[in-house]
Amino acid sequence: MSAAIPDDLQCKEVVEIITEYLEGAMSPDERTRFEHHLVACAPCRVYVKQMRDTIRVSGQRPLEEGIPPSTKGALLDAFRTWKKGP
Amino acid sequence: MTPAHEVQSKSASAAPLSTELDADRDLVASLRRGDEAAFLRLVDQHHRTMVRVARGFVGSEALAEEVAQEAWVGVLKGLDGFEGRSTLKSWIFRILTNCAKSRGSRERRTQPFSALGSSSDDEPSVDADRFIDEHHPRWPGGWSSPPAPWADEHCLSKETVRLVQRAIEALPPGQREVVTLRDVEELSAEEVCEMLGITEVNQRVLLHRARSKIRAAVESHLRGKGPSS
Repeated sequence: MSAAIPDDLQCKEVVEIITEYLEGAMSPDERTRFEHHLVACAPCRVYVKQMRDTIRVSGQRPLEEGIPPSTKGALLDAFRTWKKGP
Repeated sequence: MTPAHEVQSKSASAAPLSTELDADRDLVASLRRGDEAAFLRLVDQHHRTMVRVARGFVGSEALAEEVAQEAWVGVLKGLDGFEGRSTLKSWIFRILTNCAKSRGSRERRTQPFSALGSSSDDEPSVDADRFIDEHHPRWPGGWSSPPAPWADEHCLSKETVRLVQRAIEALPPGQREVVTLRDVEELSAEEVCEMLGITEVNQRVLLHRARSKIRAAVESHLRGKGPSS
């Protein structure tokens, strides 16, 4: 861990405030402090990447188990009723 | 008029809003023409998530299913008046959460969303024993057991996708609904706060806890995969 860049943010704190960072909810100073830490700390860079990967995988189209035919039937009925109009 | 592009999948580089609005306009036109296949595709796309989100408001899976079906009826009734000022998806989920809240209060099961805390409220995002003691002279609060990089091929595998899905389903209510709406459905923070009736800070706390747990689940799972080079 480099001592060249002054860094008062602990790794333990980084994992607690990472969501504020990713959400863009930090003040410019807080963001600078956070990014400063990342420059010097490879494990925290890994952690941030893991968090980004986690978010990305969450957004993958979920593997559907399928909607029960009875539900589909009920909804199709509702659609046909609506189509017919008042 | 620019032809609409089909938005087939969500990805890290999400389709620009204008593309989604174009696709919505075409879809709504199909629905208004009575296209049943288009309706079933829309149902396939959203129904399970709608049930999952409704589950955060009502007392049972069966009730959540009823709420979701009620919401679809609401969608159809409101479709003629849909002006495309928001995306169709946002609009559908707004109807869903309104139905869920109203059914929740009728069932007298509703709690303010922010009150949906859990025993994991005070859990750290990463086990404390993975960090060096705060009083250490050189590396206070530094990693003692640092995270290992994940190989892309493991990360994007079907197995990992399924694992994440299960991890989301296992989350306490509140966290589950927020991460579903934010990270699975990719709705904005503002929309989600409005739908769930929670503050931005509250939403962020729930999102943080959810994401931390999911990340930990993926890490545990991938740890068994052998060294990634």
